[in-house]
Amino acid sequence: MFGLTKRDTTLLLVVAVLTIFAPFILNPFPEGSAMAQFNAGYPDLMQRLVIFGIFAIGFNILFGLTGYLSFGHAAFLGVGSYAAIWMMKLLTMNVIPAIMISVLVAGLFSLLVGWISLRRSGIYFSILTLAFAQMSYSLAYSVLTPITGGETGLQPKVNDPRILDAALTEGQNPRANLFGLEMGTSYEMAVGGWIFTFNAGYYIAAIVMLLAFYLSIRIFRSPFGMMLRAVKSNQQRLNYTGLNAKPYTLAAFVISGMYAGLAGGLLVAMDTQVGAERMFWTASGEVVLMTILGGAGTLIGPVLGAGFIKYMENIVSKINKTVLEQWFAFMPDGIEDFFITIVYPFVGKGWHLTLGLLFMMVVIFLPGGLVQGGQKVAGLFKRKKPVDDKPDGKTTPAE
Amino acid sequence: MGILEVKNVGKRFGGLQALGDVNLSVAERTVHAIIGPNGAGKSTLLNCLVGKLIPDTGSVMFDGQSVLGRRPHEINQMGISRVFQTPEIFGDLSVLENMMIPCFAKRDGAFELNAISSVMSQKDVVERARHMLDEMNMADKQGMHASSLSRGDKRRLEIGMCLSQEPRLLLLDEPTAGMARADTNNTIDLLKQISEERDITIAIIEHDMHVVFSLAERITVLAQGTPLVEDTPDNIKGHPKVREAYLGETQTAA
Ligand SMILES: Nc1ncnc2c1ncn2[C@@H]1O[C@H](COP(=O)(O)OP(=O)(O)OP(=O)(O)O)[C@@H](O)[C@H]1O
Ligand SMILES: [Mg+2]
Repeated sequence: MFGLTKRDTTLLLVVAVLTIFAPFILNPFPEGSAMAQFNAGYPDLMQRLVIFGIFAIGFNILFGLTGYLSFGHAAFLGVGSYAAIWMMKLLTMNVIPAIMISVLVAGLFSLLVGWISLRRSGIYFSILTLAFAQMSYSLAYSVLTPITGGETGLQPKVNDPRILDAALTEGQNPRANLFGLEMGTSYEMAVGGWIFTFNAGYYIAAIVMLLAFYLSIRIFRSPFGMMLRAVKSNQQRLNYTGLNAKPYTLAAFVISGMYAGLAGGLLVAMDTQVGAERMFWTASGEVVLMTILGGAGTLIGPVLGAGFIKYMENIVSKINKTVLEQWFAFMPDGIEDFFITIVYPFVGKGWHLTLGLLFMMVVIFLPGGLVQGGQKVAGLFKRKKPVDDKPDGKTTPAE
Repeated sequence: MGILEVKNVGKRFGGLQALGDVNLSVAERTVHAIIGPNGAGKSTLLNCLVGKLIPDTGSVMFDGQSVLGRRPHEINQMGISRVFQTPEIFGDLSVLENMMIPCFAKRDGAFELNAISSVMSQKDVVERARHMLDEMNMADKQGMHASSLSRGDKRRLEIGMCLSQEPRLLLLDEPTAGMARADTNNTIDLLKQISEERDITIAIIEHDMHVVFSLAERITVLAQGTPLVEDTPDNIKGHPKVREAYLGETQTAA
């Protein structure tokens, strides 16, 4: 179906079902219960989960397939965001032009950065991309302030030109919308003790994510995708086989840059603001973590990794001392204090510590990321059939 | 004039003159062997032909065009394919995919952004790659990871990959090294058959004299970066200079 093999179609459908029912799946605990803070089914977080999923899917096309490790992809996300916000200021609050221009501008910028950075490979390539991203970050903070808003960043203002939109009446705020449907529109459904939120912005971002995911499957399975894997495997052999590795890697770089720009545009579509910190090197590092944590070079890995990290960032970081006290309240006093003292450094502001430990364990024990973990677990349940002897003779490295 | 004309090529690595003043003419549709002791400069010479190295002096002409200054993929697209001394294949890809890549290079040229259609839907390429694997007696291994092949199979795969491009000049750097006797004989038969049936010129570096004398029509002996003699196999066999070069092998290699 959709020009995919049966296996890939199944994967796509599973992801589609999971994203459509995410408001239920991410809200398993009734409102007001002790576990309710593990609920992730609120619009802001769900939007971030799919948007960073897009970012990681794109990053994986470069890093997962070619092995070229970029440390500067947040720059493309940031540039996409700035482009989108300017569309909202100048043209219309409709998100379509904003998102389209963010992809375009990020694509052009990544063409320039890729053209220069791809003159080197390995660590030198990584350093070049990092340098570009940090340059963009400082420029956004300093000389480019007229375009970027410097430290305060940018937001749509009531008196922006917005030539396509009707003038706002007194007291009205500019709101991002899709032909009138506002991104913030939510429908809440109460079932028993549960409240499920269905948000327009989330579903729009989710549809874009599914399209982006579908496209990445097509790219993975295409001759182009195969060439990218060949670049990673043996670039020398590729060159002596009459293929020019440079345009292949550059195309992968630009495609992943466009994915990053798309994510940046969607972020703006959801919360209509942007600041330079979006381009800081830690943001570039985060997408590397997402991809490796989930499983670089696999189809679904980056989405899992992005979801995992964003979930932790938003949920684990909110667990504070009071919450811990509630959890361990059933214990005798001395033991309660002991447990709280041990757990406390790993939650709240310490969530990075938990993430770091997890990341280390994954890299050491599951070099293939969470996807490999899943495969191992699945392997325990059914005796694994060898993947090598499929009739079409194609090994599928990606899940 | 030969299809390959090497004139006064010299290459120095620091203090080592790896190639002195090499002149070599390979006639079209022949099999030309280059032999010589370890460190004679044989691989270095091939590197100068395929764009891996740029010689310090001299010229290299292929079919009347200079290859110097061209990049490896351009030289390959001119019609020169090379099998390396240590097998160079795509270890992370399946055997079939390994074979499809040169087929794509032949069909689409150095770059083609074919990012949407699936690999398996490219029927002509898949067919061609399968056919080539058949010819190399590797059809049963097409689904394997190339890195899990035996050394001899890696070699055969690499030879097959080069042949699938239908090059006009095939450069082989010790193609049978690491192969079992039976595979070596198969390879000799295959190369013989190819050189008879196709419009192809083969330049082969080989230490195995059985292979050399089964295939070569001309032999160049290289020692310490300079050609000693060039002659027919029969004349080379008894040549005093050749014996000397090979007897002195331990010294030159040191
Ligand atoms: N890139 C390089 N840098 C420095 N020295 C090199 C380089 N390549 C080859 N050499 C040296 O040049 C000389 C010729 O090497 P070459 O590999 O061409 O020999 P060969 O005839 O192919 O030997 P063998 O039969 O062992 O493959 C050797 O002394 C080698 O150490
Ligand atoms: Mg050699």
